[in-house]
Amino acid sequence: MSAPLYGLILAGGSSSRMKRDKAALLYRGKSQLDRAFELAARHVNPVFVSVRASQSGDPSRTHRPLILDSVAGEGPMVGIRSAFEAHPNVAWLVLACDLPFLGDAALSCLLAERDSNAMATAYRSAHDGLPEPLCTVWEPRAAAALAAYQAAGGECPRKFLMHHPARLLEPVDPKALDNVNTPEEYAQALGLLDSRSPANPMQLKIQYFAVMREQAGRSEETLETSAATPADLYSELKARYGFTLPRELLKVAVNSEFSAWSRRLGPGDAVVFIPPVAGG
Amino acid sequence: MIRFRFARVAIDTAAARRELLDLGAGGYASFEGWVRDHNEGREVTRLEYEAFEELAVKEGERILEEAAQRFPIKHAQCIHRVGALALGDMAVWVGVSSVHRGESFDACRFIIDEVKHRVPIWKKEHYRSGDSGWVNCERCAAAAHDHEHAASSLTG
Repeated sequence: MSAPLYGLILAGGSSSRMKRDKAALLYRGKSQLDRAFELAARHVNPVFVSVRASQSGDPSRTHRPLILDSVAGEGPMVGIRSAFEAHPNVAWLVLACDLPFLGDAALSCLLAERDSNAMATAYRSAHDGLPEPLCTVWEPRAAAALAAYQAAGGECPRKFLMHHPARLLEPVDPKALDNVNTPEEYAQALGLLDSRSPANPMQLKIQYFAVMREQAGRSEETLETSAATPADLYSELKARYGFTLPRELLKVAVNSEFSAWSRRLGPGDAVVFIPPVAGG
Repeated sequence: MIRFRFARVAIDTAAARRELLDLGAGGYASFEGWVRDHNEGREVTRLEYEAFEELAVKEGERILEEAAQRFPIKHAQCIHRVGALALGDMAVWVGVSSVHRGESFDACRFIIDEVKHRVPIWKKEHYRSGDSGWVNCERCAAAAHDHEHAASSLTG
């Protein structure tokens, strides 16, 4: 039996290289922190924001459920351990707040592949093959090992994952876990996100047929979304409406023509999810 | 000429057949799909068909075009019903004319097989027991669900 899964957004970093609060950086008018929080909340419940005790009165954070650092030390390890201190018997989907390219598809895949017998389930970096600790499901059994690791002087959750039993997944989208640490990287990310999907959030028109129509409880809607691809959009809507069909069994049409799941959606696109057909 | 279309009332096969007439054709074959009173061990009382018509017509036309390229035929047509159908109603009609009989049979078979697999049309069966289900959708979802459970009970 898997432990229940809560979400934790890490927003306690000192942002020293960015020279301003990373959590407050805006992408398409939304702060990184809000974006990460809403992303996690589409997949797990409840979701908390991890902050240093000194940030607990910060107005950009106080409207979220907080977990204040309760163990000594530096870096993301402290946030993860403090979450286990607050709720020891749950697993944590831990997300850094500075992953602007992370979307529903990568998160759905991580959760689907979750191995609760491992200490954690994580992606490998597309750059060096090493585990990415800050888009990771941490199981309750990792709590004691993390404490011991930190007591022995360990500070790096990536190194922890390299030396403990963790399930490591190959990256789906090589850019999905690129993080943003400097003003230059922020400028690049803004440009890339704009080129990936021009206007955001954008309005899409969704039509539903047959079993999809019944499960969505409607035959069409106009939707404001930041989903970049039909795959992201299906993850978002599956979470909203509880669609029973896994994406692998569906096809998708954009503007009344069959489409790849990875196509970039644009404003005004009309999307139809096509469940298994049964003519004749 | 639009050769793939939907019908909201009973298919007029006599009219559809007339559109295939050709003095150069020596043969004609047609296929009719009927609503059956049972499926996969369950008693069926009626059906509903629903289609994403804009894409379905495009895909249906592509299938008829492919049939014309694969087989030396004169003309081909396919008409599919949408809406509520009773037992014994005709759900789909395919007609092909060609110089010799063989191509008509082959193309007719090709068209109905492709239509069943590719065209976005869905069928809801209503059962004697009172419940109903979308063919190919409910069981797939249940199977995927069971698979998830099996996977998590292995790991969890």
